[in-house]
Amino acid sequence: MTDTFFTLFATLTVVSAALVVVHKNAVNAAMCFLLSLVGVAGLFVLLDAYLLAFVLLLVYAGAVVSLFLFIIMLLDTRPEEQKPFRLMTVAGATLGGALLLVCGSSLFARAQFSGASAVEPVGAALKPYAEQLFTTYLLPVQVVGFLLLAAMLGVVVLSRKYEKTEGAS
Amino acid sequence: MIHPTLTAYLVVSALLFGLGFFGVLLRKNTLIIYLCLELMLVASMVALVAFSRFNGTLDGDVFVFFVLTIAAAEVAVGLALIVALFRRRHTVQVEELNFLKH
Repeated sequence: MTDTFFTLFATLTVVSAALVVVHKNAVNAAMCFLLSLVGVAGLFVLLDAYLLAFVLLLVYAGAVVSLFLFIIMLLDTRPEEQKPFRLMTVAGATLGGALLLVCGSSLFARAQFSGASAVEPVGAALKPYAEQLFTTYLLPVQVVGFLLLAAMLGVVVLSRKYEKTEGAS
Repeated sequence: MIHPTLTAYLVVSALLFGLGFFGVLLRKNTLIIYLCLELMLVASMVALVAFSRFNGTLDGDVFVFFVLTIAAAEVAVGLALIVALFRRRHTVQVEELNFLKH
């Protein structure tokens, strides 16, 4: 049962991520990204990280993707025309991809990861998160709060319209 | 009880990261490059949660929290930059944004 769901969510994630990369239209790409996020949230649920799945859907699918769609429609970009790649680029990409495949397959061939599946899920409950965030990670939480404030101020400054003031009476 | 192994999750994560990476390299639209950047962040989140689950710790899960926060802030600032750029240059295609080139 879990295997079936894993296959389903993993396929959904990877296929829609591939569609993000190949789609000409930016709106469709953002929609495929949304689908990919749904798949990732499903994977999080399978990994017993219920809170993270919820927060991922809330923050990414709710806020980030809608912001993206808003900006895409605001800018109204035309679909790009892809120029054909040069021979050098194709050769380099093939070589790099082959090397990556060799590295990855040798890593996964000698890795022995699959022995620890009998561990109980720590991330399933809410209480451990709160405990960690308010004891061990208290300083990072404060720093992240400050970062959010800085980002907010930065966005306000960036999106202001600056008019030329010289010559104004 | 979970049946898929850690390797399976890591393969999904690696595939997502690779797709995002190639998207950043190959696409010309700044917005789609940004979307692919987000794809790479999500791939790292999958790897973190999987490692955390299979090792019985919470550190990876808490780290995903911070990654999510940073990603949200980054998206806001990045999109504001793109809009400011579009306002000045009236394009978001990367090959036309070459005014810093000597």
